[in-house]
Amino acid sequence: MTYIDRTGLWLIATAAILVAGAFVLPHWLTFILTLALAKALVVQGVVVQMRAGLVSFGQGLFFCVGGYAIGLGGNLLGIHDAFALLALGLVASVGLAAVIGLLMTRYRDIFFAMLSLALSMILFGVLVKSQTLGSTDGFNVHGVSYLGVTFDGANQKIAVYILTVVVSCACALFLYRSQHAGIGRVCEAIRENEIRVEYLGLSPRWILYAQYLVAAAVSALGGGLTALATGHIDPEMAFWTTSGEFVFIALLGGTMHVAAPFVAAVLFAFVRTYAIEFTPHTWQMILGLVLLGIIIFLPKGLWSLVSRNRRVKA
Amino acid sequence: MKRLKHIVRPMAVATIAAAAITAVASPSVAAENGKFRLGVVTFLSGGAAGPFGVPSINGAKLLINALNEGKVPGPYGQKGINGLEIETVVIDENGGATKQVEEFRNLAERHKVDAVVGYISSGDCLAISPVAEELKVPTVMFDCGTSRLFEENKTPRYVFRTGLDAAIDNIGAARYVVDTNRKTSAVASIQQNYAWGQDSWADFRAALTQLKPETKIATEQFPKLFQGQYGAEISAIAVSKPDVIHTSFWGGDMEAFVLQGAARGLFDKSAAILTCGESALDRLKGQAPNGLILGARGPFGAFAPKNELSEWFHKSYVAQVEMAPSYPAYKMAQAILGLKAAAEKAAAGKTGIVPEKEKVLDAFTNLTFESVSGTVAMSRANGHQALQGISYGEYRYDAKTKQASLANVKSYAGDCVTPPDGTTAAEWIKAGFPGAKCGN
Repeated sequence: MTYIDRTGLWLIATAAILVAGAFVLPHWLTFILTLALAKALVVQGVVVQMRAGLVSFGQGLFFCVGGYAIGLGGNLLGIHDAFALLALGLVASVGLAAVIGLLMTRYRDIFFAMLSLALSMILFGVLVKSQTLGSTDGFNVHGVSYLGVTFDGANQKIAVYILTVVVSCACALFLYRSQHAGIGRVCEAIRENEIRVEYLGLSPRWILYAQYLVAAAVSALGGGLTALATGHIDPEMAFWTTSGEFVFIALLGGTMHVAAPFVAAVLFAFVRTYAIEFTPHTWQMILGLVLLGIIIFLPKGLWSLVSRNRRVKA
Repeated sequence: MKRLKHIVRPMAVATIAAAAITAVASPSVAAENGKFRLGVVTFLSGGAAGPFGVPSINGAKLLINALNEGKVPGPYGQKGINGLEIETVVIDENGGATKQVEEFRNLAERHKVDAVVGYISSGDCLAISPVAEELKVPTVMFDCGTSRLFEENKTPRYVFRTGLDAAIDNIGAARYVVDTNRKTSAVASIQQNYAWGQDSWADFRAALTQLKPETKIATEQFPKLFQGQYGAEISAIAVSKPDVIHTSFWGGDMEAFVLQGAARGLFDKSAAILTCGESALDRLKGQAPNGLILGARGPFGAFAPKNELSEWFHKSYVAQVEMAPSYPAYKMAQAILGLKAAAEKAAAGKTGIVPEKEKVLDAFTNLTFESVSGTVAMSRANGHQALQGISYGEYRYDAKTKQASLANVKSYAGDCVTPPDGTTAAEWIKAGFPGAKCGN
């Protein structure tokens, strides 16, 4: 990273404001933001692949690996440091992606989507059959420390929140830079015309492989942070409806900007929590209508509201 | 179209901004409005809504309305809770444990509820329990059956459970099979393949083998949840010629299994015991064979004892919902009545105030209260877990009156089927039920 441009500064400034918010905002709000940002990291994984023309309906696989790494690392390996646990999830997830990526990158379109879905459902099936891991009930995550410091109650949630904001900001900067670097541009070219990219002397498959690993890494971080925040993990993390939700949010935000998934995830979280509160019997319908509205009026996602403004000014 | 976009864009921006502002501004709507604010969480959508969620929310609404009008008989004549009107915040339990933790925090910190009653899913109970302790919200679990709840939360303060542990269902079921002198040289099992089914079968199998060591397992079938079609499994069970079939199926799966099994004559030669069967008592309409053994996860639903409170509840429910209340409705009512009894005991006669939280907790611990299922004693898990008996009975359908009823009902006292504190159900069964008081 040679320099940080205006977008980079914006991202850092927003992160700084959010960190400061930890001491001002009510706890329920920071908790919603924690989960939304963690979820947005997984959505970033979906978006990274979407920019290259691949839709993953199984990003829950890496979300789940990241989450279970937190729980199992604590229960089986005796690791209780949040950073070490997140790193463990990252390594496990990238390792898994390195293997199945060899298979996945041979497929495109609906075949890629279905295969990704199938792989995450295999993990779901295995976890459901593992009675020692609590089957569908999952298990709780206890006693996580932060570089040797343990927090209690509300302070622990603030720590997770700040950690989530910082990790999100770092990921956003990294993804932003890589999107505007050669590899990011080539991804768009692959989406538009893969054969032409090959004629240019590049290997679309290995570029997609690299993107697949990046997506797995950020998704695992999202899963790990979710597990730290809620203190509970269960196989639902790998279930296809969870993966579907990530695609939903990706569509909501659009793929035009690195900030879009974060904005969309936060918006989604608020729409959902208020839909549940005001219409407890029909909240799914509200979510459905919101998505329908976005698809009809903003086919490129929420971010087109921002970018269109810019173009007019320029 | 272009003009439309001109309108849509600012509107969208304005809506989002407005939503964000209301979101941040709304916590100022705090409690202390002179009402008792109660969070009620149960399934309003998804597969568990029909058999469990909807009857329980119907029960909750009915009881809370009646309490607010001061129309509940027995010791509960006082209006609302301690003279305060009950205000509810209803939350859908569907959507997984992560979402439930988020919504629980919203209940506690945004809505500032005085207490929460809810949770059917065991996974949700396990996830909520540490959060309830952390946020110091009195929380009454009304239905979830996992034994792990108080095995993991060993010193509960804020978490109570007025429903029974699922191990009790299966220990009771094993005793019923033995006490009605069934052969157990071939026992078949069919369970939904998730924690509930796996745990239920493990407990039943252990308990039955302990009571009758000559028991042999003929077949174990684990179809996936909500499969709906059980042709292959029914064939496998029928071929194994079982004396007894045990299942913890619930809801639509259970009814589908009963209908499909009955059509194939599966229940003609084998006794089938359905630990959650009572919730379909009024729905089977004679399509199930007589003699099917049904349970209600406690003295609820059709097994509820006849007293002023239970008769009032049954009558009001039928009048309002036009169906007999099944066990989830009773269990929900029990949780709310337990909370009311504890709050009023804590208030010690000072009506019209929300009693101090710590005093409510002290009052609830080891409380004995009257419920729609008879007298309930919170005497397990350091006084946080209800101790009650369990009943099983055989399905009987009268084609003339078109009424289903239960015959050969056997009830087991709580002390007979519940492990003592400090012992897990699995250990207790393995040790041969030490200290069980079964009255015979």
